[in-house]
Amino acid sequence: MTSLASVPTTTGATLDVEKIRADFPILSRTVRDGKPLIYLDSGATSQRPRQVLDAERHFLETSNAAVHRGAHALSEEATDAYESARERIAGFIGADYGEIVFTKNATEALNLVAYGMSNALTSDDPKAARFRVGPGDEVVVTEMEHHANLVPWQEFCRRTGATLRWFGVTSDGRLDLDPSVITERTKIVAFTHQSNVLGTVTPVEQIVAMAKAVGAYTVLDACQSVPHAPIDVHALGVDFAAFSGHKMLGPSGIGVLYGRRELLEALPPFLTGGSMIELVRMEGSTYAAPPARFEAGVPMTSQAVGLGAAVDYLNALGMENVHAHENTLTAAALEGLAAIDGVTIIGPRTTESRGGAVSFEIDGVHPHDASQVLDDSGIAVRVGHHCAWPLHRAFGVQSSIRASFYVYNTLDEVQALLDGVRRAQDFFAHGGVSL
Amino acid sequence: MKLETMYQEIILDHYKNPHGKGLREPYEAEVHHVNPTCGDEVTVRVHLEGSGADAKVVDLSYDALGCSISQAATSVAYDLVVGHTVGEAFEVLSAYQEMVQGRGKVEPDEDVLDDAVAFAGVAAYPARVKCALLGWMAFKDAVAQADENAPELEGQR
Repeated sequence: MTSLASVPTTTGATLDVEKIRADFPILSRTVRDGKPLIYLDSGATSQRPRQVLDAERHFLETSNAAVHRGAHALSEEATDAYESARERIAGFIGADYGEIVFTKNATEALNLVAYGMSNALTSDDPKAARFRVGPGDEVVVTEMEHHANLVPWQEFCRRTGATLRWFGVTSDGRLDLDPSVITERTKIVAFTHQSNVLGTVTPVEQIVAMAKAVGAYTVLDACQSVPHAPIDVHALGVDFAAFSGHKMLGPSGIGVLYGRRELLEALPPFLTGGSMIELVRMEGSTYAAPPARFEAGVPMTSQAVGLGAAVDYLNALGMENVHAHENTLTAAALEGLAAIDGVTIIGPRTTESRGGAVSFEIDGVHPHDASQVLDDSGIAVRVGHHCAWPLHRAFGVQSSIRASFYVYNTLDEVQALLDGVRRAQDFFAHGGVSL
Repeated sequence: MKLETMYQEIILDHYKNPHGKGLREPYEAEVHHVNPTCGDEVTVRVHLEGSGADAKVVDLSYDALGCSISQAATSVAYDLVVGHTVGEAFEVLSAYQEMVQGRGKVEPDEDVLDDAVAFAGVAAYPARVKCALLGWMAFKDAVAQADENAPELEGQR
């Protein structure tokens, strides 16, 4: 296991960002003819500290084996490393050990819930009956969902005959919690904790209460919240939650599904095969208890170990401190962008119930072109619809520019973004002459 | 600097004042193409006279939402294909595609490419190649739909 002695500790309520940055080798590289990299795209994927890379390498150099099979020394060590990561990740979000399922990514975790539930229609396990949904039933999502928490439910409705409904978005980027959307017919409410475009933090407790009042299950997309703030899934009261490793300083190729124990025990499997069985006969099979039931095949191992190390790293920083740091950067970005003529922020204008993803438009400069000028200054931002096409449509925009912040970003980098936006304006106002 | 290499003045001129923009009648085929990564879209109509490689492109009309590169590329395509045969237009498209996908290793043939040579700088930015090709590929598809005897485009990959 990795030693935490080398993780930068916090000084007061803020992060020692200089020390943190020293842990991320990639941040010292230059791009585009020697410009220092200014990485403002952690909402898409975060960078990884040496501690995570070292943990993966150490595991692969000393203990690599297929987990949960074989009785040799390496197999035991690998299984211990894998399960230890599960335990620490569970602790990180306030869940119990057995409530954490490893998936390929958050998208797979959300599909696991959607397919598990629709598989209840053909399951002969009486416990699965509670998930049966059909014509006349409704699934509620929101207009601010990432495609990963929208398309699986569109497909779920197509398979089951249920109807998809959704909460709209207000012009200031909040959910319009129209009380008529959730009714006695609602069986599932799937929603994001924090919009990957607007930064909006949704009122989870309120939506959970609305869902519980009609006996509907709740599925939370926590991809943009778990990496950035202290999260306790039991306190939030959601039934399921999904997030990905690569957005929280961990490896890609690993995602996490949280499910309330009682529900995971009743949910039919999504992917089937080795590891997830109890008893296999030619005529048919029975399935293992969760979480194994949902982890068919040889799972990712170094990625789980790496994500465990990422959680250790974040714990050492303190999630309250992480959140406070990002809040400072977000406030500076919002204030600075609002002060530039011709820039329109898409989403809440203050840090109230808001995280560190800031999307905006520049009058007369297409986002793709703006990002090209920013890139020329070494600044990495995301452009496009950020996998939230309906949300962009709701705001009447085709695409936007998104800056997103994390533990290693600085106020100087926010200033560089603001300078870059002005440079993009000047560049296109003056017919492509760089100033 | 590379940035200025891509954003040639001629590209920005076409972006600000696109040639031939707007959807017009008559036409034999209309296609709608999107770039799913950024949401850029283009609708293209073609009006042909005749058939096969010798068919004449009488009109290419279009409506587009997108970045400077995709808008300007479609505008330049209008200039370069209208009044020419499909065979000639595809020869330009083929050379153009080879250039923008060439990662800077393809020496553009200005005699064939005319104004489209201005997009040579796009090759240095692989993420923008799709922008440069959006309108052109829509044109190619529209021709294929309008005329079952349309020639194959060379060098497809």
